[in-house]
Amino acid sequence: MSGNMNLTLKVWRQKNATEKGKFVTYKADDISPDMSFLEMLDVVNERLVKKKEDPIHFDHDCREGICGMCSLYINGRPHGPKRAITTCQLHMRSFHDGETITIEPWRATAFPVIKDLAVDRSAFDRIQQAGGYVSVNTGGVPDANEIAIPKVIADEAFNSATCIQCGACVAACKNASASLFVSAKISQLALLPQGQPERYRRVQAMVAQMDEEGFGNCTNTGACEIECPKEISLTNINRMRRDFYNAKFFKEEEIN
Amino acid sequence: MGSLSKGFSSTLGKKLIMGLTGLFLSLFLVIHLIGNLQLFNDDGGKAFNEYSYFMTHFLPIKIVSYALYLSIILHAVYAVIITMRNNKARPVGYAQVNGAANSTWSSRNMGILGTVILVFIVIHMKTFWAEYHWGGLPYVQYEMSLQNPEVVRVTQLPFDGNPLVHTKFVDVQNQTEVVVAKDLYFVVQQAFQQEWYVILYVISMIVLGFHLYHGFQSGFQTLGFDHVKYKPIIDFVGLWVFSIIIPAVFALMPIYMYFAH
Repeated sequence: MSGNMNLTLKVWRQKNATEKGKFVTYKADDISPDMSFLEMLDVVNERLVKKKEDPIHFDHDCREGICGMCSLYINGRPHGPKRAITTCQLHMRSFHDGETITIEPWRATAFPVIKDLAVDRSAFDRIQQAGGYVSVNTGGVPDANEIAIPKVIADEAFNSATCIQCGACVAACKNASASLFVSAKISQLALLPQGQPERYRRVQAMVAQMDEEGFGNCTNTGACEIECPKEISLTNINRMRRDFYNAKFFKEEEIN
Repeated sequence: MGSLSKGFSSTLGKKLIMGLTGLFLSLFLVIHLIGNLQLFNDDGGKAFNEYSYFMTHFLPIKIVSYALYLSIILHAVYAVIITMRNNKARPVGYAQVNGAANSTWSSRNMGILGTVILVFIVIHMKTFWAEYHWGGLPYVQYEMSLQNPEVVRVTQLPFDGNPLVHTKFVDVQNQTEVVVAKDLYFVVQQAFQQEWYVILYVISMIVLGFHLYHGFQSGFQTLGFDHVKYKPIIDFVGLWVFSIIIPAVFALMPIYMYFAH
């Protein structure tokens, strides 16, 4: 078809977590600019399967930008060159004919490669389990709007809650810091009345788990905020810091 | 105590030490700059030498200066600790990184910028601070007429092994005020007669500007200060005062000394 593109892919191939990986170059010919990036990889994989070769492994699920499953570090940026979208929402029209595209997995000690481009992000789950929840008693369903929450607070909490745990913040950060993710998960609860009873226990537990997982330090480069597909704000990190210092240095009854 | 040390040993706590020491060092730069403006006085270095004496002999300032040395050391040591953890957090790097797309060059190169500044501080302190404290510095005598204090007579006193002391007295008979001081101004003059030294200083100040372009506003964020009302003010001051004006005026000093003598 006319208008289709011929691309060269430099893809990271790695058998498993322990084996050393390497880049392998593939030709991706006759790619429609209307395909999504993942559909392009599907086409490449179909051709690999036909040749009885091992297809490229990559994470994906909903393919509509909400599940947080897709990843891929494309041409030096997580989720590719466009702002505020995930890889599944990236289309091949963002590239040009004849381009060489480098595709790498998220790289962090805390995100070990499972195979090729798929990494293990369960470190995020463990951070969530350390305190990213609200303990509630079972019982009758409370009335809606029983607790009044100002609109600005509700909006801000919602913005923090849009985090899909994709890990682009860690991938983008030159220090592989998980601060944006952790602070968004802390903020979404710290801003709301339901999150208050466990607010200071939560921040300490989640930060401790974050450190335990081996993520790096936040040096305020702001790369995470720019690369986040959900545009989570850097303000969350500063809010996390205030809560953390508060817990550790000012509220002795709250120390974990 | 346990919780305090736990607080400071976390990734957030270590960065807090970086932020606190960094902002303290930034504040010092302002004081250092204002003091060093005496170099621009055309008085044979009288104001500068008197200022140097005051800074090294006034007890509260001496105490703050030890806090300053400690801050420099802590800032550098914690930078190494933090960087080591960061390197461990990503042992396999990316083949291709488009850092310019999401962050400033300064923010990505704080380590190398800081290392250059540390080397500069060592050279700087060796040349002036160590010389002033332990070097065999010459003394200089200033005589000012009491009627017309603008008229200053400068006499170099040769260093003869007998340690002189800083003195200031009024000679009533000759109607003059006499000041005898260690001549640090002379050392500054001598140092900045060398072209490479002037170049070293100018380059170091450019590096300092880039370091503070990220460092100043980052320090406030690390402390948790982030608000729509004052974030723009912090950014403005960080850019214009700390990464442009202060390094530029510092850089002017060696250039001025080079051309004025």
